[in-house]
Amino acid sequence: MRPRGTGEWLAYGLLYLSIVLVTLPVAAIFFILVSRGYSAVNWEFLSSAPRMGMRAGGIFPAIMGTLLLVLGTIAIALPLGIMAAIYLSEYSSRGRLNRLIHLAIVNLAGVPSVVYGLFGLGAFVLFLKIGVSLLAGCLTLALMILPVIITASEEALQAVPQSFREASLALGATRWKTIWNVVLPSALPGILTGAILGVSRAAGETAPILFTAAAFFLPRLPRSIFDQVMALPYHLYIITTQVPNIPQKVQYGTALVLVALVLLINASAIVLRSYIRWRRSW
Amino acid sequence: METAACIIDVNKLNFYYGKFQALKDITLCLKPHKITAFIGPSGCGKSTFLRTLNRMNDLIAGVRINGKVLIDGRNIYAPDMDVVELRRRVGMVFQRPNPFPMSIYDNVTYAPRMKGQSRGLDDLVERTLVRAALWDEVKDKLKVSALSLSGGQQQRLCIARALAADPGILLMDEPCSSLDPVSTLRIEELMQDLKSEYTIIIVTHNMQQAARVADYTGFFLSGELIEFGDSNKIFTKPDDKRTEGYITGRFG
Ligand SMILES: Nc1ncnc2c1ncn2[C@@H]1O[C@H](COP(=O)(O)OP(=O)(O)O)[C@@H](O)[C@H]1O
Ligand SMILES: [Mg+2]
Repeated sequence: MRPRGTGEWLAYGLLYLSIVLVTLPVAAIFFILVSRGYSAVNWEFLSSAPRMGMRAGGIFPAIMGTLLLVLGTIAIALPLGIMAAIYLSEYSSRGRLNRLIHLAIVNLAGVPSVVYGLFGLGAFVLFLKIGVSLLAGCLTLALMILPVIITASEEALQAVPQSFREASLALGATRWKTIWNVVLPSALPGILTGAILGVSRAAGETAPILFTAAAFFLPRLPRSIFDQVMALPYHLYIITTQVPNIPQKVQYGTALVLVALVLLINASAIVLRSYIRWRRSW
Repeated sequence: METAACIIDVNKLNFYYGKFQALKDITLCLKPHKITAFIGPSGCGKSTFLRTLNRMNDLIAGVRINGKVLIDGRNIYAPDMDVVELRRRVGMVFQRPNPFPMSIYDNVTYAPRMKGQSRGLDDLVERTLVRAALWDEVKDKLKVSALSLSGGQQQRLCIARALAADPGILLMDEPCSSLDPVSTLRIEELMQDLKSEYTIIIVTHNMQQAARVADYTGFFLSGELIEFGDSNKIFTKPDDKRTEGYITGRFG
């Protein structure tokens, strides 16, 4: 559609400009990462541990560490978040307490990640004596992404037509059976969207794992959930700020792998979501 | 009317949405194996009344009810009444067809599955769909999404889904209001056919429909049951001026 008149042109121009301004930096980041980092990325880089004070070798333990952190985080946050959302959306009466809880959750989403990191250190590492470990990191990250998952799940549950609930209850199904058989399956794609957003955040954040899980250098995989792990964002931070004389392509290569990993996790969740939608609509 | 013959016996029923009184002092007796229709202008409380019979109004916050509703002689608002059991006994078909986004088969078997039944479902699906006059149209695509059916077929599926719960009483809230005339006719025929086994209570804004299908008709106005009795009588020589005004089309 072609705009007519000066006012229309102005609006069109501004809107168009905003799209350029939004996409340009993203494209630029990709371009820089790929052009400067691709030469570092090869099989050895992906599959071996760092050597020579992290100046050579690969980033395998950091990749695995991030994957483990993300998996553990989702395993904790998704069920917990969905259950909380079900309670808020389906069981609690929409009174003042409910609004207060809601407000608290929305505000938690805005708390800086370093605060979660400090909380994790205090609560999980020191008070519960879990120590700096994969588990403490997952718990901290889970806490951080819970608001995102709860909010998205609640919205997804609210979007399920009331007529489905009424139909099920009128057939003599109990409340829980109605939720389990009718409401949750319909809300699942929306809930997965929340999970995707949460995973992206969990995979990319440094501050929450800084004091709770991340090892400066650990050229092996964790042996248990009480072991420390390397993680890509933290490793990237280390090799860009703490270690001198690192070839630039290693830094860009690590960043490229981190971004690619997040995209990969997101892509698989999106595929899963489309599959569920497709199965439900035949 | 004799109490013994009432399958549903409503006594001085009042219903409030917060401060707003939607039903005023309703007293009536519904006979088994009959079709009873409720008519009246929109907003007069027909749906509210229907939903008091299977306690669907329980889902709405801030409602209040007093009076008695006896079904099979039991007060359904008594504290020891099991709502789940009540709703199995009193099925409901809604104004807009609302099949679940599942296969036709899974829709029909929903209520039995929720009861924990897992055997004999194939038979049940066939029997129920035949009963709902839908079998011939869908027998080759039972695993297909219910949402792929036409509106009229969806509504017959919803009737089948309700019948599969094995209710004795079927509530229908304007079941034909979103359907074309041909589908409407099919559902009316179906109701006549089901009458021998079920007690059917239908809300409709369509007076011709009430006159065609119902043995008894009640006329609601502003939350009051103005007149209730034989359909023939209501539609030919009603006692109340307001009923006459409504059925002759002077308002509503
Ligand atoms: N959930 C509700 N909360 C408050 N008022 C309602 C609600 N549902 C219906 N009402 C009111 O109750 C009256 C009767 O409604 P309803 O039973 O739906 O009428 P009908 O089915 O005859 O059109 C109307 O005035 C309507 O505005
Ligand atoms: Mg209505």
